[in-house]
Amino acid sequence: MTAAGYTIERGTTASRLGARAGAVLVAALVALPFWGSSGDMRLMVEFLSMLTLAQMWNLLAGYGGLVSVGQQAYVGLGGYALIVLADFLDVNPFVSVFLAGFVTAAFALPTAAVVFRFQGGYFAVGTWVVAEVYYLLVANSSALGGGLGRSLQAIRGIARAERERLTYWVALVVGVGAVALVYVLLRSRRGLALTAIRDSARASESLGINVFRSKLFVYVVAAFGCGVAGALIYLNLLRILPTAAFSVNWTASMIFVVVIGGIGTLEGPLVGTTVYFVLREFLADYGAWYLIVLGAVAILVMLWAPQGLWGLVTARYGLRFFPVQRRVRFTNEATRSDARRSGGGDRAPLGSQA
Amino acid sequence: MTGGAAAAKPLLRLEGVSKAYGALLVTDDLTFEVGDGERLGVGVIGPNGAGKTTLFNLITGDVTPDRGRIYFGGADITARRPYDRCAAGIARTYQIPLPFVGMTVFENVLVGATFGRGQSERDSHDVSIAVMRRTGLARKANTFAASLTLLERKRLELARALATGPRLLLLDEIAGGLTEHEVAELVATIREIRAEGVTIVWIEHIVHALMTAVDRLLVIHLGRRLADGNPREVMTSSEVRKVYMGIDVT
Repeated sequence: MTAAGYTIERGTTASRLGARAGAVLVAALVALPFWGSSGDMRLMVEFLSMLTLAQMWNLLAGYGGLVSVGQQAYVGLGGYALIVLADFLDVNPFVSVFLAGFVTAAFALPTAAVVFRFQGGYFAVGTWVVAEVYYLLVANSSALGGGLGRSLQAIRGIARAERERLTYWVALVVGVGAVALVYVLLRSRRGLALTAIRDSARASESLGINVFRSKLFVYVVAAFGCGVAGALIYLNLLRILPTAAFSVNWTASMIFVVVIGGIGTLEGPLVGTTVYFVLREFLADYGAWYLIVLGAVAILVMLWAPQGLWGLVTARYGLRFFPVQRRVRFTNEATRSDARRSGGGDRAPLGSQA
Repeated sequence: MTGGAAAAKPLLRLEGVSKAYGALLVTDDLTFEVGDGERLGVGVIGPNGAGKTTLFNLITGDVTPDRGRIYFGGADITARRPYDRCAAGIARTYQIPLPFVGMTVFENVLVGATFGRGQSERDSHDVSIAVMRRTGLARKANTFAASLTLLERKRLELARALATGPRLLLLDEIAGGLTEHEVAELVATIREIRAEGVTIVWIEHIVHALMTAVDRLLVIHLGRRLADGNPREVMTSSEVRKVYMGIDVT
């Protein structure tokens, strides 16, 4: 490396500090059952489920360019996968949450064969239609409780306090896991391809990236994540209704969170989910006003901060807690001065700097 | 995948290729070859709307032809996707640069080296650094492509394409908007690249620059081959003068 006169850096000061702060935060959250109330745990499960959903939608739309309005298909399928695995097949319900992701990922492949035929707005509508199809199939299946839904039976033998604790820890693994998964993915070779596709699919393809395969990969990963989150949501609620499980509101919330937080960044969904829950807690008593304020916030952010709230922070302070960039540092002094020189040199550059 | 029957396989061969957008025939039964191993540089000129960029799009697979076959290195690539053609050794620049604006210059080049060559990121570092130095972009390595000037964006187009390790490099008006001095530097770089065995096909309106870098000139008009051959002879032919110099465009 040194012989070549350069090194490649991946971290930033903020990321190193952030990693430590994050470790402390995660440790505190692991211990939440010992210092928080069961209400706190319930709220955190919802927060972590939403965070997972938002990270998945961010990955889909922010990196894959796949603006899906049908992710509720995988929330619903994940919830029902939990019922089938835990109640019908006697799998441990907490383990079933993770297995549900594999079930939804398996559904995503044939679904992609249909919806990937559409582009842009047609893709959005297509994904929504497919989600409705899954809703109708489930709502008309008597084994799954039809339109009345079902309760999760497998959880019955477990004491309430223990159930709450375990559900919470599963949620923590899912939420932290989702952030880590997206982060590791984006820093990898495949992440390089995804970021390129985000900026120009056409140029990516002409530089050797199989755009279709990358998008398919992202779609399946997002279906996995949404399925796990869906199973987690219904492990927490204990009762599933097809209308609620396959509601487009799931995707609407994901879009809200990602857009106000900042699309195409890892920090964005974290910020967005926090804002979403803060608004919800403050406006819980005001009924319809809650939705009106939510909508107004979304419109204001889209107008004045199209890169989201986190976009404002990076624009002003250049902060990045999850850096995916690769920075070149020229180590060799000769190389450095060569690199600084604007034009000239024995290698003729394409036009000199002003 | 049908092997080229010709004994001396040309690097690139288009056979009766046609492409229409609705009623507009942009490429009309075009047949031509670009040889290999002769360090060839081919210039492509023609009036606006003649079908020059479409010709590139057909070669790279951005556009699929309605009729005809395209062969590269003797293999039929007509049905292959652009990423696959890149892996085979075809690289291009876009007339209107398409940088990855949210990535740094280094990362832009790294994409070409990593995916164009089908290798790991780590294995692509050296190539990417070398390509940035050659194209004068090393000092911009950590700059986000969004904040590059048009000139730098054009250099980045060339850098990314070079990083893929092409056998055939298609340049689409890469000198447009450059000063005289910058064009001269560009020509020098392109001659260097040619000397390393990369075949270049270059669409350019700045004909005098083109004449110094290529030894064959192809003139396209209304999707057809109007003239093809020695640049000086082509430029002095009456047909080309009539069409390309804008004397008689109906």
